[in-house]
Amino acid sequence: MTTSILVENVSKHFTMQYHRTLKQMAVARMRGIPTHERFTAVNDVSFEVQQGESIGLMGLNGSGKSTLLKLVNGVMRPDEGNLRTRGRIAGLIAKGAGFHPQLTGRENLYLNGAILGMSEKETASKFDEIVEFAALGKFLDTPVSHYSSGMYARLGFSIAVHVDADVFLADEVLAVGDRPFKRKCLERMQEIRRQGTTIFYVSHATASVRSMCDRVLVLEQGSLTYDGPVEEGIRHLHYDDDGDNAKSKAVDEELGADI
Amino acid sequence: MPVVEMKGERQTRVVDAELLPPSPKGGMREVFQQWYLLKLIVRRQLAQQYSASLLGLMWSYVQPALRFVVYYFAIGLVLQMHKDVPNFALHLFAGMVFVHYFGETWNGGTRSIWANRALVQKMRMPREVFPVAAMVTAAYHTLPQMLVLVVACAVLGWTPSWAVLGALALGISLIVTFAMAMGLFFSAINVFARDFQNIVATVMQFMHFLVPMIYPFERIYSAHDSHRWLYEIYVANPVAQGVMLMQRVFWYPTVDESERAALGQSFPPDQWVRGLITLAISVVLLWLAQRYFSRVENKFPERL
Repeated sequence: MTTSILVENVSKHFTMQYHRTLKQMAVARMRGIPTHERFTAVNDVSFEVQQGESIGLMGLNGSGKSTLLKLVNGVMRPDEGNLRTRGRIAGLIAKGAGFHPQLTGRENLYLNGAILGMSEKETASKFDEIVEFAALGKFLDTPVSHYSSGMYARLGFSIAVHVDADVFLADEVLAVGDRPFKRKCLERMQEIRRQGTTIFYVSHATASVRSMCDRVLVLEQGSLTYDGPVEEGIRHLHYDDDGDNAKSKAVDEELGADI
Repeated sequence: MPVVEMKGERQTRVVDAELLPPSPKGGMREVFQQWYLLKLIVRRQLAQQYSASLLGLMWSYVQPALRFVVYYFAIGLVLQMHKDVPNFALHLFAGMVFVHYFGETWNGGTRSIWANRALVQKMRMPREVFPVAAMVTAAYHTLPQMLVLVVACAVLGWTPSWAVLGALALGISLIVTFAMAMGLFFSAINVFARDFQNIVATVMQFMHFLVPMIYPFERIYSAHDSHRWLYEIYVANPVAQGVMLMQRVFWYPTVDESERAALGQSFPPDQWVRGLITLAISVVLLWLAQRYFSRVENKFPERL
């Protein structure tokens, strides 16, 4: 087994600026209101992932899941600590890929492929497959700003799964798709998982995490509070669940509701 | 959420790579290592600039052409500058082409990170690619204008010499380096306060009057004794120096020997040494801009 992702004591802080103009800042200073505040989104997190492991990342909204994924993806650098990954990383962060709104689906496809490290030839050879999976039809040459949120997500997901990455990140990607598309995506992710790609899956749907993941990480207010087997992790999340009857739980799992 | 189970036998994937930090090392070097990405972004920039316009790419010629006509009319014909300066049109156009190039690189670079925030927030890539793309786009617009200059020079009788080629090389490297340094630095600082893009646009409006193109350099040089400091500040401007080097390439050789004496000082007496020193300073500025960029780029995703 080789290490795929190594995270050692990683922290990430944000500065929240309350006032934008100099005048507002001066007024705030005079009244003694703080002009900015430091906020720790990821706090001293450490874990190690082996190649081929499938990790479910869970936690409440705002617990730092997306920030952690951005750190793993390399969009952000940790302020403290050490983070290393092996191989090519692809995936979707915070509900969709980085598309340029004025470009067409086709142009964005090429641009996104290039950013993810695909050569022109590689993109061209996978082009038809990607377009077919995304099922955009005649909208391929329409600017993505005209896309529905489902089409947007489909194209992003389709590019990401065709990159042939060593690490695949999926952050609430499936929140917007319809049921047939969700099924198609999950099938594809299972296929990627079977091929030995490391998967980082963020989801609130416990049933889907149960079928997709080998291990669960739970973040609470930026700190890693659980790292271990899936079942226990899901139970760990339910620690403050008062109505613990089977029926409401089943509904939760089906909806993928925020826990 | 549908539940899908894994089908088939699980395989092991062998990854032939080092365990490395995932974020880009950054730096302009990485941009030039990813030619393909740069090419796509430049192409995108060009397409986007003229999307939904009827004249399209023609605008990059129409705009300078109109500006040239207006300046030639106002300064040349109305203020009679074309009598003082032989081949005044070339004197003016040589300056305008490169001021325009500098402005486009600086202005475009300054806005580039902000304009591409959708990508910067979510995708990992060397972010220097955007200001660099602004520079390449500006060069793409400038090359045909340079061609116009060459043709005009050829018609007016122009023979290239070593001095001309030297001035061309020095002038271009000076303007490109300085413009890139400014574009890179301002692209980063503009993320934190959008005031900077307005400042850049304002300074660029002054720039046409702060370089010797609508008036001869002699007007400035004649004041170098009485207003020592103002003169020093004026000639220290890398854009003014670049413009004068370009005039040495595209305008000066077309002026007859007999007319040159009447012009007085067309260039600073220490033009070559000054140019080389300014080039060295621009390289240092570019290095400093890159350092600043690398230091703050980590804050981009949260501030956009």
